[in-house]
Amino acid sequence: MSDEIVVEEVSSVREQKEALKRREEAPAGATAGRDQPLYADRVKVYPRKVWGTFRRLKWAALGLLLAIYYLVPWIRWDRGPGAPDQAVLIDMPSRRAYFFFIEIWPQEVYYLTGLLILAAVGLFFVTSLAGRVWCGYACPQTVWTDLFMWVERLVEGDRNARMRLDRQPFSVGKLARKATKHGIWLLIAFVTGGAWIMYFKDAPTLVHELVTFRAAESVWLFIGLFTFTTYLLAGWAREQVCTYMCPWPRFQAAMFDEDTLIVTYQRWRGEPRGKLKKGENDDWSKRGDCIDCKACVAVCPTGIDIRDGQQLECINCALCIDACNDVMAKLGRPGELITYDTEANQIAQEQGNPRPRYKLIRIRTIFYALLFVGVATVMLGQLLFRNTLDINVLHDRNPLFVTLSNGDIRNGYTVKLLNKTREQRTFVLSFAGLPGATMDVLEHPADGDAVLLIAAPDSVATYDVQVRAPRSESVGESHPVTFTLTDPYKGETVTYKSVFRGPER
Amino acid sequence: MPTKIEKDAVTGTQTTGHEWDGIKELNTPLPKWWLYTFYACILWSLVYWVLYPAIPYITGATRGILGWSSRTQITEQLATAHAAQAEYLKGIHDTQLAAIPDNPKLFEFARRGGEVAFNDNCAPCHGVGGSGNPGGFPVLADDVWLWGGTLAAIQQTVTHGIRWSDDADTRVSEMPTFGEILSHDEINNVAEYVLSLSGRADDPKAAEAGAQVFTDNCAACHGDKGQGSHDVGAPRLSDAVWLYGGTKADIVSQVTKPKHGVMPAWSGRLDADTIKMLAVYVHSLGGGK
Repeated sequence: MSDEIVVEEVSSVREQKEALKRREEAPAGATAGRDQPLYADRVKVYPRKVWGTFRRLKWAALGLLLAIYYLVPWIRWDRGPGAPDQAVLIDMPSRRAYFFFIEIWPQEVYYLTGLLILAAVGLFFVTSLAGRVWCGYACPQTVWTDLFMWVERLVEGDRNARMRLDRQPFSVGKLARKATKHGIWLLIAFVTGGAWIMYFKDAPTLVHELVTFRAAESVWLFIGLFTFTTYLLAGWAREQVCTYMCPWPRFQAAMFDEDTLIVTYQRWRGEPRGKLKKGENDDWSKRGDCIDCKACVAVCPTGIDIRDGQQLECINCALCIDACNDVMAKLGRPGELITYDTEANQIAQEQGNPRPRYKLIRIRTIFYALLFVGVATVMLGQLLFRNTLDINVLHDRNPLFVTLSNGDIRNGYTVKLLNKTREQRTFVLSFAGLPGATMDVLEHPADGDAVLLIAAPDSVATYDVQVRAPRSESVGESHPVTFTLTDPYKGETVTYKSVFRGPER
Repeated sequence: MPTKIEKDAVTGTQTTGHEWDGIKELNTPLPKWWLYTFYACILWSLVYWVLYPAIPYITGATRGILGWSSRTQITEQLATAHAAQAEYLKGIHDTQLAAIPDNPKLFEFARRGGEVAFNDNCAPCHGVGGSGNPGGFPVLADDVWLWGGTLAAIQQTVTHGIRWSDDADTRVSEMPTFGEILSHDEINNVAEYVLSLSGRADDPKAAEAGAQVFTDNCAACHGDKGQGSHDVGAPRLSDAVWLYGGTKADIVSQVTKPKHGVMPAWSGRLDADTIKMLAVYVHSLGGGK
């Protein structure tokens, strides 16, 4: 049984070896004796199908993430008449972002900033604990590439079949397979692009517009753009994105330390490696567990050899663990020759020391966790005590002040009332800080130093307000004043500090 | 470039052969597609060169086969904007000036349009926002009007100007040069009297003496209590706003040898609808009657 497997491995390994050889020799081999080429050829990666714990985990993550991506725009959320009923929507034309019960105005874009900080700190935290979990399981590049590879495998077969197909001369059968593959890829890419637009436009309306070809030109343009990038990045670019385009692999190692769990080849256990030959070198006590079958290389989506140690290209998808465990089981050897482990553990075991404990709680992880909790608390606090009204006061600059015929000084202000609720509201605007001053709202009945103002639902009401200080009041060049906006029914109050300007003395 | 390829012992990667203080550079070449992307960008720029204006020469630039230019674009955008404004411009044209404030949308449009026209044409003298300028350029945001602050009066002033000899209907008035008519003492006394109208006289005796001078010489235009007259553009003398300054020296100077402001008639330069919008805007600055 085990012989069979190994023989099959060897046959595919031969191809792999050739590829590796090409890859190694590519910079120099082709032009031996001359200068090295400045640019490297791409070595196409043909990842083999694999089963196991981590593959199952990856499928689960893929299914969950894609479901979230494609389905979330379809969730409805009733916000009353006149408001969009899509749970998650970024409504650019009317300058609103909706997330279930949360509605964000452009003035509150700091929530987005907070979210991005949380995402970054969360990423740092996870990376310091368990390496490139993001890269291996959750990154859209990984998820869509995985999906596209699955399609590729369905249409063109597994690794060896695909390699053969690519080597074959042009034929109708080859064309049919390639066309089918690219067709399905483009279809997925189109659906991906379309789903993206749904986060910015009402999903059912958009689909209806698309089906009846009445969608706006810009909608088609953006869908086209995202279709193209999805197809290009997941179908063609794949690991090149991670290796050459993405900045994260370049600096994520800064979150690593010797206690970070990373996908590791247990060198102390595997070496000296070598092909297994019956009756020749099958005494496990005299050799390493690695039989050099290169199953780990064959399944790797980025085409590297994990046995070379930690490297930039490795996205820690752990598929090599599954592949190796499979081989080890067939050989009757213990699994986890390639495993999630920390550098500290590896060094300890290489020196024959007992296995040290995993140190999950470290200064680094505590710091990231505290930072995360801190930012999250601030954001939650902001959200809980979010005002449903706000006031902005702009003091007129031209003129700064006006001297009236009776000697009074008048200042003009543009007052903006932000009504963040779905009903029309009446506010009381009052003014304080300048004794004897009176306030007037242009084209509105005034009542001394307080005035009733109406703000339409979910909108900004702008009023021109004029404040008069009597001649007897010495205001000086600049006098601090306060505008207060109150909702008498809800009891909400906001204030705005402004100034009252007068002539130089 | 080296003729012999050297491999780094630790990584197994080739070196570029360059060495700085014992540090050697590993040769990790860029992928070819990177280079091709760069070529594609060059190709793109070449296409751009052909399609759009690109290469400058002394008096212009190549036009590009698409014939696009920023000037054409702005013309088109302006045409679109004008088309969008057409409804409102027609409304301004068809509506009586006095009725514009009753229509909120039209009123808002007139204010905004008037503001643009004001900043282009009026602000150099009257200041942005009608803040005025020293030396006889009245503040338009206050409640003091020489020739009247109603919509109609403002429209009249803007259309025909003030003391603008090219316009037959211009507003005209002239304060006599009292330096040639009155004595120094009389001028001093009348200045004290004028100050007393706003309660600022230092010399009650002189002010008392000035009262008679005022009645004889000034009251005809400025009114018996210095209340002024919009018909002749005579300023009210009992308020806190002074076109040429409110100190005694300023008043003496203005009585002795008066200055007269001139404002052009805008009827030849601005169309009647723009002037309507200007009137609405100026009226809304805070002092409209």
